[in-house]
Amino acid sequence: MAFQEIALPQTPGTTASITERLHELVVTVDHKKLGLMYIGTALIFLIVSGSMAGVIRLQLAVPNNDLVSPQVFNRLFTMHGTAMVFLVGMPIIAGLMNYLVPLMIGARDMAFPRLNAFGYWMFLFGGLLLYFSYLAAPGLSGHGSAPDVGWFAYAPLTGRAFSRGHSTDYWILALLVSGIGSIVSAINVIVTTVSLRCKGMTLMRMPLFVWLMLVVSGMILIALPPLTAAQIMLLLDRFLGARFFDTQAGGSAVLWQHFFWIFGHPEVYILMIPGFACVSEIIPVFSRKPMFGYPLMVAATVMIGSISMSVWAHHMFTVGMTSVGNTFFAVSTMLVGIPTGIKIFNWLGTMYGGKIRFELPMIFCLGFLFQFLIAGLTGVMLAVAPFNWQLSDSYFVVAHFHYVLIGGLLFTIFAAIYYWYPKAFGRMLDKKLGLWHFWLFFIGFHLTFDPQHIAGILGMPRRIYTYDAGRGWEIYNLLSSIGAIFQAAGLLCLVANLLLSLRKGKPAGDDPWDAWTLEWATTSPPPEYNFETLPEVRSRRPLWDLKHPEDPDWKYE
Amino acid sequence: MTNEDALTIPVNPAEWRLPSRRKMAVACLIVTESAMFTIFVVAYLFYLGKSLIGPYPAQVLETPIISTICLLGSSLTIVLAERALRQEHRGGFHFWWMVTIFLAAVFLGATASEWQRLITVHHLTISTNLFGTTFYSLVGLHASHVVVGLTLLGLVLVLSMRGHVKKVHQEHVEMISWYWHFVDAVWIVVFTVVYVIGR
Repeated sequence: MAFQEIALPQTPGTTASITERLHELVVTVDHKKLGLMYIGTALIFLIVSGSMAGVIRLQLAVPNNDLVSPQVFNRLFTMHGTAMVFLVGMPIIAGLMNYLVPLMIGARDMAFPRLNAFGYWMFLFGGLLLYFSYLAAPGLSGHGSAPDVGWFAYAPLTGRAFSRGHSTDYWILALLVSGIGSIVSAINVIVTTVSLRCKGMTLMRMPLFVWLMLVVSGMILIALPPLTAAQIMLLLDRFLGARFFDTQAGGSAVLWQHFFWIFGHPEVYILMIPGFACVSEIIPVFSRKPMFGYPLMVAATVMIGSISMSVWAHHMFTVGMTSVGNTFFAVSTMLVGIPTGIKIFNWLGTMYGGKIRFELPMIFCLGFLFQFLIAGLTGVMLAVAPFNWQLSDSYFVVAHFHYVLIGGLLFTIFAAIYYWYPKAFGRMLDKKLGLWHFWLFFIGFHLTFDPQHIAGILGMPRRIYTYDAGRGWEIYNLLSSIGAIFQAAGLLCLVANLLLSLRKGKPAGDDPWDAWTLEWATTSPPPEYNFETLPEVRSRRPLWDLKHPEDPDWKYE
Repeated sequence: MTNEDALTIPVNPAEWRLPSRRKMAVACLIVTESAMFTIFVVAYLFYLGKSLIGPYPAQVLETPIISTICLLGSSLTIVLAERALRQEHRGGFHFWWMVTIFLAAVFLGATASEWQRLITVHHLTISTNLFGTTFYSLVGLHASHVVVGLTLLGLVLVLSMRGHVKKVHQEHVEMISWYWHFVDAVWIVVFTVVYVIGR
């Protein structure tokens, strides 16, 4: 039977040569391999575009610096922003979804394994296309290099007249390609979640991780096509002489902003909700309590998902909208604070009275809670339109969204890596090195981004290449740049830990954290078929039921 | 309850039914495509009457009655084809399927001749003005979906002629029909926006 052939015990990597292993990666349709490939590739992109941020910080460390030219600087922040959102954030999320969703719902693979592989390769080649622009964008005309129009590529700067050569074309095509990858993987996650849940796993028994990823995938379906559409329009403008964003012919530059942010703001939540998803799995396990307010958590996520579709123009308060428009978007933006607040209280409620274990995943989650709260508060500040007029396009905004994406998202990603690495590789990550990582990164993060709030309030604009001495910004920029060194050192500890623990880590066993969701019911690493017999659940914590038959959850749910 | 109850199977396998993967996937595809069309429709409406130079829609557009009837009619014939397949009536399936393809081809042909007239007679191209830009991109996006649909319809016809389409493939065929209905529904929106509101 074909089935038995699949079920043979495997010993990957012991005898296979390097070409055989590479071949295996190229042809694989296994959701776990693809998930790890997503995360691995994203970490490489993280290091590359993180180094770009490092160069930016070096350039800005002291006033009147000319380490790089203004043109190079523009390329650096454009590539940094674009790559961090599309080549780091999105694929890490896709990787986590891919690896964990089938395991958590007790399925053997995603609904469409080949489509899944297609999604990964689209993302990879989209990413390579973006970086390839450094070589190829000059084209025959000799103008242009990497994209230099900012990650949101505002019109009319992207028009043919102002962006010569092919740099903007590479930006468009790279994101079109990787966007298709994101959409197919979102479709795949939705179908997997809806159609492949194991017996007994009703929607309200799904792990919160799966619930949140389901909402995120739904958001990707609705939010990404506007970007694709706007990019098609821009392509038509650039190649066929269409007039969409050509102000000379009556076209509107503001329309691009609307289209971009109709995608761009939900995108922020698309990046952030997966962070919530990881936290919602980790905090209960390390507090030894079931998640507090599970149904409310689901409802809050759906609320965030739907409200996030109607907040986009809060990126555009300074464009000059009507006061009705400003008020609407200010109010809708503040509304998001409600479900988000619910979530923070639910996590606190889970920890309250719990028996907290300060393991690495939990430590990163605690850092997340503290930092994300501040990020949320500066977000509410920026939602107030008059306040926004003052601080829009300043370093205050830079500090705010880096608090969200690093202090919030990246800390949860780190937590997720420490939490699920033992499952994926069968070995624990080293705690000592992990603590070094946490403290270096924590200190570096605050050193970099806390002073930027003040620099912003003092009037330092975003995306400036350099600044004069005597404006009072020097000390904050210097502190920021020193912080970047700490962050890099922290990241180095993580990379070293990931590589060293692969061979030398303590064997993890199937369930090192004494957790409750289905992925811990199989071996570490899981076999290719995930579960020998498909599991069957009766409550939200199937492994609790299994370990405590005298007091199972399903009696109370 | 005893401990054994906790480990026995409480759910009757027959009661554990989840939606079809195929249907879910196509439904998701339709949602995501709708989001994309929405943006093009919004762009069309936003730029209505904003062209700085002519030709303007009222001067050059003619309501495509026949091709609209053909496309909407093809939604009906594809349902008839599906029913014939369900009843294992191969001849009927082939007949209605070919009628569907014919109607779709008429629609595409009508679009082609409309574009030819606009370009050669009225000198309206995608770069002439905002009307040309939004018109060709919206109608063109829809027409490209018709082309994809026509390819799928043709593929099924060829496979069916070779005897590869059986009753078990009902759901596959149904999915193509879903997509086709979607393309038709989009046309109703495009028709309303371009030929009714836009003139």
